[in-house]
Amino acid sequence: MIEILGLHKSFNGNPVLKGVTLTVREGELLALIGRSGIGKSVLLRHIAGLMRPDAGTVKIDGTDIFKLRGRDLVEMRKRFGFLFQGGALFDSLTVYDNVAFPLRERTSLPEAQIKDRVFNELEHMGMKNDWNKYPAELSGGMRKRAALARALVMGPSIMFFDEPTTGLDPIIGQNILDYIHRCHRELEFTAVMVTHEVQKVFGIVQQVAMIHQGEIIVCGSPEAVRQQNDPVFDQFVRGDSKGPVQYI
Amino acid sequence: MNLIRIIGRAGVRLTRNLGSYGLFLMNTLFWTFSSPLKTGRVIEQMSFIGVKSTLIVLLTGAFTGMVLGLQGFYALSKFGGEAMLGPTVALSLIREIGPVISALMVTGRAGSALASEIGIMRITEQIDAYEVMALNPYRYLVVPNLVAAVLCFPLLAALFDVLGIWGGYVVGVKLLGLSPGTYFGEMTVYLSSSDVFHGIYKSLSFGLIVAWICCFKGFFTEYGAKGVSKATTQAVVICSVLILVWDYFITSVSF
Ligand SMILES: Nc1ncnc2c1ncn2[C@@H]1O[C@H](COP(=O)(O)OP(=O)(O)OP(=O)(O)O)[C@@H](O)[C@H]1O
Ligand SMILES: [Mg+2]
Repeated sequence: MIEILGLHKSFNGNPVLKGVTLTVREGELLALIGRSGIGKSVLLRHIAGLMRPDAGTVKIDGTDIFKLRGRDLVEMRKRFGFLFQGGALFDSLTVYDNVAFPLRERTSLPEAQIKDRVFNELEHMGMKNDWNKYPAELSGGMRKRAALARALVMGPSIMFFDEPTTGLDPIIGQNILDYIHRCHRELEFTAVMVTHEVQKVFGIVQQVAMIHQGEIIVCGSPEAVRQQNDPVFDQFVRGDSKGPVQYI
Repeated sequence: MNLIRIIGRAGVRLTRNLGSYGLFLMNTLFWTFSSPLKTGRVIEQMSFIGVKSTLIVLLTGAFTGMVLGLQGFYALSKFGGEAMLGPTVALSLIREIGPVISALMVTGRAGSALASEIGIMRITEQIDAYEVMALNPYRYLVVPNLVAAVLCFPLLAALFDVLGIWGGYVVGVKLLGLSPGTYFGEMTVYLSSSDVFHGIYKSLSFGLIVAWICCFKGFFTEYGAKGVSKATTQAVVICSVLILVWDYFITSVSF
């Protein structure tokens, strides 16, 4: 279970998170939505302990992750899988070595088994034929998929996805969502997924939360949030340029 | 009142900065000795910092030695001391110029690349990727560079010295007509092993300084391409200044 409690964060005096409180129950997949630049990635990085909040905290299964040190922190992070928005593939390694990296460094599996697991993961991402390319030789969408393979290969129990389908064509995007759905059922991980594909994910998530102006304004099951008739949320789901949120 | 405030704030910032440099070095040294080395990475970085710097070190070494030969001969001939050319060239190369100039050359060639490579890893979240995989980025990115630099710098300085002495020989003996026996003979008389060790210690510490500063600047780079270019420039500037300051410091202590 992930509990986010009153998280505050500012950058150079600009507040981004202004008291975010949110709970993701064990085994639940939560979709985090919100307009671009509102702080979704920042929130995700806090939950994974990559950024320190100004105030508030994050508890995973009751442990405050900002108080963890040394071996305890390592043990906690061994349970994590993180898909970064930009992929964050190691650019000195091929796709294969990238996906094999956590297996090689954190397990003592023989290379033959590593190979099986890596190719299994790459096959699901439709990346099997690109295994020996370097990240610089891949398209944005291919990088995303290779990174997703790397995030899932250890069979994490807590997953963070930062826009897993952005930059992919609709068909492969749907395939990836189906695969995430399947992994979620098989591995039963607890997960937070940042996404803009509001409609598409309604079928596979248990909870939807919307972040707006530093706070969670809507949160609940997909059915429940649709009935709340929050004007910002509705505009976002419809993808309408008219409504309470005006860019120009 | 305002002046005091400005001084105070600058003081706090300076202390905090120095503290973070110190902490970074302590962390790096801790991980160097407390966990098995990533030998593969160390070898890669030795090839990058060391092997690929040989050409530039050979070139600068030869020309530095030749200049020393010319200049030394001119100065020594003022009081009839041409016979001392060999020891003069060798001593200044081995104790001072070899370690310093080779370190400066490697800073320009490899140090800047280290800073920008690690900086790019920071801004593309690759360092965060290590952390979130429960792997220590110091162990994978910083320690191999430190070990490689500390091993390579003395070797590069030695190469520089050899080529420099040869350059001095070419000028002094072939061009200016000194006898080869004088050039090399006097050298062994005046050069002691402590001079050689002095040069080696210097190179070792320069290796540490360059790896430390360049990795630090890359590791804590600010965001964007601007951040990386700033980190790279600052790394080279700080390294170069520190090399010269530290050089003066050790030299003065050793006398
Ligand atoms: N390291 C940082 N330093 C300073 N400001 C930052 C930093 N990281 C994020 N920000 C700021 O925080 C805000 C939120 O950024 P974030 O990346 O979380 O947006 P996002 O909701 O993920 O947007 P998108 O959907 O476009 O990815 C932005 O205004 C950004 O400028
Ligand atoms: Mg984002």
